[in-house]
Amino acid sequence: MLYFANWKVLLICGICLLGVLLSLPNLFTPAQLAYLPSSMRKQVALGLDLRGGSYLLLEVDIAAAQRERLNTTIDSVRNTLRDAHIGYTGLNVEGDAIAFTIRETDRVEEAKRDLAKIAPDMTVEIAPDGAGTMKFSTVATETRRRQAVEQSIEIIRRRIDETGTKEPTIQREGQDRILVQLPGVDNPQRIKELLGKTAKLTFQLVDQGITVEDARRGRLPPGDEILPSVDEGRGRGGGAGSYVVRKRVMVGGDTLTDAQATFQNNEPVVSFKFDSIGGKKFGDATRENVGKPFAIVLDNKVISAPVIREPILGGSGIISGSFTVQSASDLALLLRAGALPAPIQILEERTVGAELGADSIHAGAIASIVGVVLVIVFMVLFYGLFGVFADIALLFNLCLMLGALSLLGATLTLPGIAGIALTMGMAVDANVLIYERIKEELRGGRSLLSSLEAGFTRAFGTILDSHVTTLVAGILLYWLGSGPVKGFAVTLSIGVLTSLFSAILVTRLQIVTWLRRYKPKAIPL
Amino acid sequence: MRPLIVIRRVPKIDFMRWHLFGFAFSGLLSIATVVLLLTAGLNYGIDFTGGTLIEVRVTNGAADLAAMRSKLDALHVGEPSLQAYVDKTTAECATSPPACVLIRLPEQPGGDAAQQKVVQQVRGALGPDVEYRRTEVVGPSVGSELIRAGVLATVLALGAIMVYVWFRFEWQFGIGATLATLHDVITTVGLFAIFQLEFNLTTLAAILTIAGYSINDTVVIYDRVRESMRKYRTMPFRDLINLALNETLSRTILTVATTALAVLALLFLGGEVLRGFSIAMLWGIVIGTYSSLFIAAPLLYYVQPNRRAIARTADSDDAPAERASR
Repeated sequence: MLYFANWKVLLICGICLLGVLLSLPNLFTPAQLAYLPSSMRKQVALGLDLRGGSYLLLEVDIAAAQRERLNTTIDSVRNTLRDAHIGYTGLNVEGDAIAFTIRETDRVEEAKRDLAKIAPDMTVEIAPDGAGTMKFSTVATETRRRQAVEQSIEIIRRRIDETGTKEPTIQREGQDRILVQLPGVDNPQRIKELLGKTAKLTFQLVDQGITVEDARRGRLPPGDEILPSVDEGRGRGGGAGSYVVRKRVMVGGDTLTDAQATFQNNEPVVSFKFDSIGGKKFGDATRENVGKPFAIVLDNKVISAPVIREPILGGSGIISGSFTVQSASDLALLLRAGALPAPIQILEERTVGAELGADSIHAGAIASIVGVVLVIVFMVLFYGLFGVFADIALLFNLCLMLGALSLLGATLTLPGIAGIALTMGMAVDANVLIYERIKEELRGGRSLLSSLEAGFTRAFGTILDSHVTTLVAGILLYWLGSGPVKGFAVTLSIGVLTSLFSAILVTRLQIVTWLRRYKPKAIPL
Repeated sequence: MRPLIVIRRVPKIDFMRWHLFGFAFSGLLSIATVVLLLTAGLNYGIDFTGGTLIEVRVTNGAADLAAMRSKLDALHVGEPSLQAYVDKTTAECATSPPACVLIRLPEQPGGDAAQQKVVQQVRGALGPDVEYRRTEVVGPSVGSELIRAGVLATVLALGAIMVYVWFRFEWQFGIGATLATLHDVITTVGLFAIFQLEFNLTTLAAILTIAGYSINDTVVIYDRVRESMRKYRTMPFRDLINLALNETLSRTILTVATTALAVLALLFLGGEVLRGFSIAMLWGIVIGTYSSLFIAAPLLYYVQPNRRAIARTADSDDAPAERASR
């Protein structure tokens, strides 16, 4: 124990130096950092609870998307069976499947064949008595779920980027959740509103053959649907309540290439451009329906239903409605970013203002510094020179922790700062164990060297045990915790590991060097 | 440089004499906790119940709680709870009478989507002379998941600790360590139930840290018990436990002291957000140390480990160094 191979000394000093170098950048302001080489600019990332910002946990409502798809598929089932003249009853959506009963049981096989052509990712099952279901295969559901979440992340990113928020992080969390972190945002209301809209835009013809009242009374023609107006309930727009529109979509918003908020006759409007396919479809549809109204539908609500005065062939158009400047620019933004594949729910929001963040950093830093100073003084009081050794090791431990946090790109949260302060208190435990052991061995009548030796070796097993148990708690916290608590788990676990190194090796190296240099006759304990 | 304070002699305290008091005291505490949990229950924070927490600072003078309450009542979003506070560690909330207010609103009926509307309503109702320091909205689905994750983490931590101690020692030690740690966890929860302190995610983090810390203490003592079992093969077990406790007492006290110093700094200087965490930690450090001395160690007396089995493992563990130095 009392001999360190040269390479070991170099390694220990090297690690300590590395810790100091890695932790140093944290002392500088961003402006000062610019003078340093880029490899040394890594700082500990501050969590949103310290720098201020908004944290949103979103859930992609896959079930809703699937229900909607089942509802559109049900029309195809109806048409297919009708075209093949196969009688059926009880066609509806039940849970995650389309259920129906084929009346002519001898045509079950034929029905099965025809229905299978509708959607390749659905499985069709029909019992010999005619009772049948159509549902998505597990693989298809899983693929769809993954695609929906990935696509949602992409679209959320585009929408947030459009608002000018700096450095947002958007990442997948678990199966169908998305974690959005918006540094510096202290009122995420607008972003929440933007994320809450699916923004599915469609152009559909209005059915003029029937009034809304008649349709409500049960005379809704097949292939039509009643859609409310966005103005409904707001008491304006001249009694525009609902519309009966064709379910068939003339053109969808997915073919838009651009959308901008502008003015027309001093009213805010949204102008849009189609890609070539969308432009042609729109041109054809408007040419065939001159003089008829068509509905501009956003998320199943009618924005407006203008009459087509002439064919619109240029591939661009204007949406007018009762917009404010804000709502027009929001709609333009949503159309540019694209529609979400499924509705999104906000499960959790945590927003910290910059003011509280600054207060937290301040309080956390003061508490940590005071804590460390108290521990340092305490160790000197009780262990004298050996206490100083332990304190030096403690400071290296602090550097190593900060360095490791910077290097790993870990996020420092307020509980994380508490974790640092706590590890500082707990790290010296290893030193206490060793020193108490040394004292005991001395009392037992051993020689100076042999007491030192025994102190380190015998205490090691105990130190290892106690560190492992704390590490277990840290890992569990990281695994099961969320947000700021994860930050605590990170600093606690890193602190346990670095203190194992510093409290044992760094302290021992100091003691050995001291022994060699001064050849003391007694241990100052 | 010599230390200013030196603990020279090994004390000769008869810890075992007090252990039945310890058992009774701890049993009472644990039962009281369970009774409290069943009657008063815990004051769960919104992390677990779901709901809304808004921390505001009134920018034109002191906060008028009555006026704020009536504005919030008019929204009909459930019974709001308002709490003005002074926090000397902050730049803005240090004034007295207080300008900073914590507003809690219960979970809104209507699932996750309904929670989101409340914040905007509150912002509208409170008007312009208010600064928003913090806003937290937790929907019902997240709340119940967090409870599940919290309970799971605690159970797993206790399980892992038991397995580890069993693996490192004998199964008797595992039982003692787990019971003592369980006691610490339960009574910490009890502390939060008695004083109706807010029980939230950071409290949970504190509880798991307490479990890690308390077991740390126990392991140090058990290590010594095992060592003494090898050294003094004929000493009565009761004396052996006392000896181990006394020999490790100075270490126990010093470690409690350094950890407590760090936690006290957090408690008094760390600000409002860390208060619950610091209180839990401080209690945990004290109760964890107590339980190592008066529960974990005496329990060994009742589930006496097999001395022969331990003596047999003696050589493999710490002997090489010993042999070298002799």
